[in-house]
Amino acid sequence: MNTTESFAELPVTPKPPLRRFHQARWDEPIIFELSAPGRRGIAVPEPGAPRVELPDSVSRAQPPKLPEMSQLHVLRHYLRLSQENLGADLNIDVGQGTCTMKYSPKVNDRFAAAIAELHPLQHEDTVQGVLEIYWRLERMLGEISGMARVSLQPGSGSAAIYANIAMIRAYHAARGEARRDQVITTMFSHPSNAACAKTAGYEVITLMPDADGLPDIEALRAAVGPRTAALMITNPEDTGIFNPRIREFVDLVHEAGGLACYDQANANGILGITRARDAGFDLCHFNLHKTFSTPHACGGPAAGACGVSEDLAPFLPGPVVAFDGESYHLETPPASIGKVRPFLGVTPNIVRAYAWIMALGAEGLRQVAETAVLNNNYLMHKILQIPGASAPWDRRRVEQVRYSWQELSEQTGVHSEEIGVRAADFGVHYWTSHHPYVVPEPFTLEPTESYSKEDLDEYALILAHVAEEARRDPEFVKGAPYNQTVHKIDMTPLDDPKEWAPTWRAYVRKHLS
Amino acid sequence: MARLRPQAPVMTGAAVVGLVVNPVAGLGGTAGLKGSDGVEVQRAALARGATPRAGERAARAVRTLMARRPGIRVLTVPGQMGEDSARAAGVPCDLIRTPSADRSAGAASGWSAAGTSAEDTRRAVAALAGVDLLLFAGGDGTARDVLDAVRALGGQAPPVLGVPAGVKVYSGCFAVSPAAAGFVAAEFDPARTAEAEVVDLDEDAYRRGLVSPRLYGSLRVPAVRTALSGRKAGSSGVASATAEGVAREVVARMRLGVRYVLGPGATTRAVGRALGLATTLLGVDVVERTPEGGRGGRLVAADVAETELFGLVSGKESVLVLSVVGGQGFVLGRGNQQVSPRVLDAVLDGGRFGPGERLLVLATQQKLAALKGRPLLADSGDEDLDKKLGGHVQVITGYRESTIYRICAASEEFDR
Repeated sequence: MNTTESFAELPVTPKPPLRRFHQARWDEPIIFELSAPGRRGIAVPEPGAPRVELPDSVSRAQPPKLPEMSQLHVLRHYLRLSQENLGADLNIDVGQGTCTMKYSPKVNDRFAAAIAELHPLQHEDTVQGVLEIYWRLERMLGEISGMARVSLQPGSGSAAIYANIAMIRAYHAARGEARRDQVITTMFSHPSNAACAKTAGYEVITLMPDADGLPDIEALRAAVGPRTAALMITNPEDTGIFNPRIREFVDLVHEAGGLACYDQANANGILGITRARDAGFDLCHFNLHKTFSTPHACGGPAAGACGVSEDLAPFLPGPVVAFDGESYHLETPPASIGKVRPFLGVTPNIVRAYAWIMALGAEGLRQVAETAVLNNNYLMHKILQIPGASAPWDRRRVEQVRYSWQELSEQTGVHSEEIGVRAADFGVHYWTSHHPYVVPEPFTLEPTESYSKEDLDEYALILAHVAEEARRDPEFVKGAPYNQTVHKIDMTPLDDPKEWAPTWRAYVRKHLS
Repeated sequence: MARLRPQAPVMTGAAVVGLVVNPVAGLGGTAGLKGSDGVEVQRAALARGATPRAGERAARAVRTLMARRPGIRVLTVPGQMGEDSARAAGVPCDLIRTPSADRSAGAASGWSAAGTSAEDTRRAVAALAGVDLLLFAGGDGTARDVLDAVRALGGQAPPVLGVPAGVKVYSGCFAVSPAAAGFVAAEFDPARTAEAEVVDLDEDAYRRGLVSPRLYGSLRVPAVRTALSGRKAGSSGVASATAEGVAREVVARMRLGVRYVLGPGATTRAVGRALGLATTLLGVDVVERTPEGGRGGRLVAADVAETELFGLVSGKESVLVLSVVGGQGFVLGRGNQQVSPRVLDAVLDGGRFGPGERLLVLATQQKLAALKGRPLLADSGDEDLDKKLGGHVQVITGYRESTIYRICAASEEFDR
């Protein structure tokens, strides 16, 4: 790529001196609108496979209301949709806010696809291989976190955090300490920690950062007491700053009789370097999609893992997998908080995560973390050279940095969100979910181990270019995007429940009938 | 956060700092009058037992200034508009005579509200036009008068710095405290100035519960943003929705038989609403819970002056419920001067609860985030009492939500 050549034919001014990018535009209908009665795909049976007639007892009375499509039309439809966005396979997505976005090796999809042949109600004797994968992955994650037991039942993100808070509640209740009704968290921990604790009925106390950007330990001293149920904390926090005094935090909470719960959503930069249990934590969770290279959730089929100390093992959500030396069995821990997902959770992602860890080995995991940290600090060095960009708190970061465009914004009137949109014109992106907005005009970048030096150079060059555009012609940047399928999106319907249509049926009911 | 550190003198020893004091500034605060504009309001304030405080606050600023820069000359006008404060600080000063200042000097034997007017402030500023930096003590109304005078001076006008002494101190040209004003003046570098907005409210409308802030212009101030209080920031629509949650939490914590002093503001008013009471938006009200629970509350007294408030909380289990001034962080001393040092002392030192339970601070999390790490500030008028409040407080940010936040005496914040 020649990064200094401008593209004279591009219908924008000024011409960007960077890689040419333009999204495809298909005006693609929703798949239900493509349906034609009687149209069918072809499912060719496996050679030699016997044809089996299903008994009436397991057959539907009515066929499912799926779109009626040929295989080719389905393929075209989804390929077109994939061209109309900044998909992870097309762009440098180091700026997903607080969401780690890393490359998911395609080969792992092949292993996961095989799971589709299984049925969740099969007897455990017939799924020994899958149960073995569960059993082994539980132990791998136990080794990575230092925790005694792991459950792969929960979904990721908030679902896993909720499982943790449910275990905390059950633990205190079992000890006759239900009076513990406060959960402490920090400003830069994932907001899900506060949200889940609140949903579970706890009062939430938030700690603000001190002058160094670390959670204020004096504030923690003021917060802990006989009502403390738990500390729920992310480390590194979403600023990318690792709290080196985390053991003191855990000890303070333990002294007050509370539990310490580690949100490991930002674990990508600490794999094989630090362990939750070694810092004294009682519970932790992983998002397999963030740290172990499975597809990102976004409300969809993500998988999580909750790890706990020996004391909390009886409360784990079940079932978990047990091994008697000969075969694998499903069992429910004695004081389990119960099932938190149907069946075994999202098995294809369990298989992907298992394959990824097996491919890397212990040394590989540590190398992932070291490369992610190195990439992050390299990118930080490049970003901080851009006039108008800064990072609050002059500290080394782990795997991400929350930057600020405050200076640029004050000088040009261009906001961070507008810079992100303009950057999308070059085929890269960041989004601006940086709640709470303590850092003005924020943007959070997290390169992970997946990107090369050239990728990071290109990303920094694009941001530098957009920042320079903002100084030269702020209205031009504010007018972006110019190279996308859709221009400006009207966000107002998002605030109006009457406009929402989370399903096709809802859309038909609200807008077509 | 960067801390200001003592540095080599920037102004030379021969530099001249001007001083103008609006002696009636802040009079209406303790009287519950929300301002001090106009002779009638000042008389009413005096009748309600108010005492002037601007002179003493100006003296505190001058004391800090001279402690750090003994060689600086102070130039002021006679009497209560400057000379008295300089003398109270033990500082020799040079005087410029103006007719109004002479009048004010003539009343020196006893304080006289009728001694000065807005026009006198403008004249005094004009007379001190040649100074390197002009300190003025007052509130937003005084800042407007200073702005008028500075505009008339055009390019000859000196940079100015406000010593907070009014009821409303929402403009950005004020230091966070009198001591901070003295510190900033001592460290002032003439090459580093910035523009700060002057805003004010229509006091008559304000007393009727209508908040209509107006931007009047800007003044050139020393460029030390961390030591200036910053312009008051309003609340967003989201914040007003959150206020309902905050109010529910306060009501849930209320105990029977305890008097709750609700300071001014939309959040505290939501508390009144949650109790089914018509409390005031800008006044200080006293409420109690009633045994029937739910929305049951009793309005003990509405829109009280300091003397009445002191009577209501003395010897009675009481809790202060105060909101944070957006953008500035003040909990005490801005718009709620009715909560005087003796009221504060009576509440904090009396009763059975721990100190942390006698002061409930309310704010949205957005408001705390907007402070960018700066602490909450107490400027009750008694520095020792403010220092006793220092430490971490639990700020209620929603229903069953709070944030632990640092609070300190405004006089201690000047070195940040």
